[in-house]
Amino acid sequence: MKAIAVAWGDNTAMIGRSLRRSSRDVEALVTAIMLPIVLMLLFVFVFGGAIDTGTYVVPGIILVCAGFGASSTAVAVCSDMVNGIVDRFRSMQIVSSAVLTGHVVASLARNLVAMTLVVAVAIMMGWRPTTNPARWLGAVGMVMLFMLAFSWLSAALGMVARSPDAATGFTFLFLFLPYASSAFVPVDTMPTWLQGFATHQPVTPVIETLRGLLMGGPVTSSAWLAIAWCLAIAALSWTAAVDLFVRRTG
Amino acid sequence: MDPVLDACGITKRYGDTAVLAGVDLQIPAGSVLALLGANGAGKTTMVRVLATLLRPDAGTAQIAGHDVLTEPDAVRGVIGLTGQFVAVDDVLTGAENLALMTRLAHLPRVERASRVRMLLEKFDLSAAAQRRVSTYSGGMRRRLDLALSLVRAPRLLFLDEPTTGLDPASREAMWAAVQDLVADGTAVLLTTQYLQEADRLADRIVVLDHGRVAAAGSADELKAAFGREVVRLSVCDPLSALRLLGDRAAIDATGTVDVSTDGSAEAVRRLLVELHHAGVVVDRIALERPTLDDVFLGLTARAAHGVDA
Repeated sequence: MKAIAVAWGDNTAMIGRSLRRSSRDVEALVTAIMLPIVLMLLFVFVFGGAIDTGTYVVPGIILVCAGFGASSTAVAVCSDMVNGIVDRFRSMQIVSSAVLTGHVVASLARNLVAMTLVVAVAIMMGWRPTTNPARWLGAVGMVMLFMLAFSWLSAALGMVARSPDAATGFTFLFLFLPYASSAFVPVDTMPTWLQGFATHQPVTPVIETLRGLLMGGPVTSSAWLAIAWCLAIAALSWTAAVDLFVRRTG
Repeated sequence: MDPVLDACGITKRYGDTAVLAGVDLQIPAGSVLALLGANGAGKTTMVRVLATLLRPDAGTAQIAGHDVLTEPDAVRGVIGLTGQFVAVDDVLTGAENLALMTRLAHLPRVERASRVRMLLEKFDLSAAAQRRVSTYSGGMRRRLDLALSLVRAPRLLFLDEPTTGLDPASREAMWAAVQDLVADGTAVLLTTQYLQEADRLADRIVVLDHGRVAAAGSADELKAAFGREVVRLSVCDPLSALRLLGDRAAIDATGTVDVSTDGSAEAVRRLLVELHHAGVVVDRIALERPTLDDVFLGLTARAAHGVDA
């Protein structure tokens, strides 16, 4: 029981730290919120004539936004690792994963704020998703699980990156994956060589689930696949990130 | 009483290079051990091994009875680390940094606020407590850094070059803070490049050279063993004094003749008699005690020439 209390205390302390840091980095916060909105306006007004905005763009933007938000974890983790403060944390009697948990939870919080705004702007622009509360809840859960998985993956990449600049480079992966999925256009409109990747990469079942939940349609099979992908990515990334954190000798 | 730190045969290699080649250290409670050495001598590596940040390839170490290798978590509960680079959160305020550490140090909730206030006061940071650390001066950052290591009074405090880059006033304040801690029974492992700092703070000095202990002892012991006392002679005719004394003497820019001796009265007497018999008139003499700088330069120069210390 005492161990659980200590772990809870360490984690909440670190989450508090990361949230404070997030709320003070105004530039990063504005970017995290503005970029998805600008991206959505761009898609709706520039490509709106060519692709089905309601079905394709909004769920896609939500995932781009989630991926982009998750990638900021890599920068936050890496900045800590190149600063002397990580040695202070590692030489203290604390749950070693707490530093990383703090960054991941702060990333989730930033992301949820950005996401809420994106959805609000979309609705203002005439997007009409489902009004079924259970389906909304399912959609929010799916997005959060996706963000959790990719935030931990991002944390692991932040452990590997040698500098925050290098960590920023990893955002490429997160921005690229939704585009090479069924997020914006149906997979069967892609060249054959890309179809295989687009069909079997993790973002596709997530987006199919999200689209099904928000716009109506079947979700069951893609939902199980999406949950399995996210849990697997989260578990592997968590293990790798924490292991790297404990062993990192600097 | 058992020493707070008892390290034996600590070895760490990177590839073919032994950064530490079997280093032993002991520090009793309430005393300061200074680890001296040139850059790359292994000082910081030793600190990182003992602070559980780096696994040694061989050797054992106990801190307050806990094994560094098998019980790192227990060791972390009794040490404080002020590393070579300031380890503070720039985005948070000074008070927030301290409050975070009181939580991570698992202080009871009721003690946290008063502990933060006490440390802010002790390190003269109360006025800046609500400012972000990024606005602090170098000296303030270092003081906060030390305060963060003391949120829970450690049994053993590591200070890795704590005053590098500080102005003289901040350095003096830092030294006073360390002396207070030691008076309260904390053991301190200090690494420094400033020999004056070691001379001022350390009860015992260990000189590291290429990962080995080149010499160990109190400042006075090291000075007596490795330094040389110099007799400075003002003479009317320096050149004839030099001719008489040969290699033993050197003349400086002001015409003063410096002669190395072992510092004993007998040696000085013999020197003066020798000069007297040769007809060299000595106006006045001064005795110069060796400094740690002399010891340090002498030791590292000997090692560089492959002579065992």
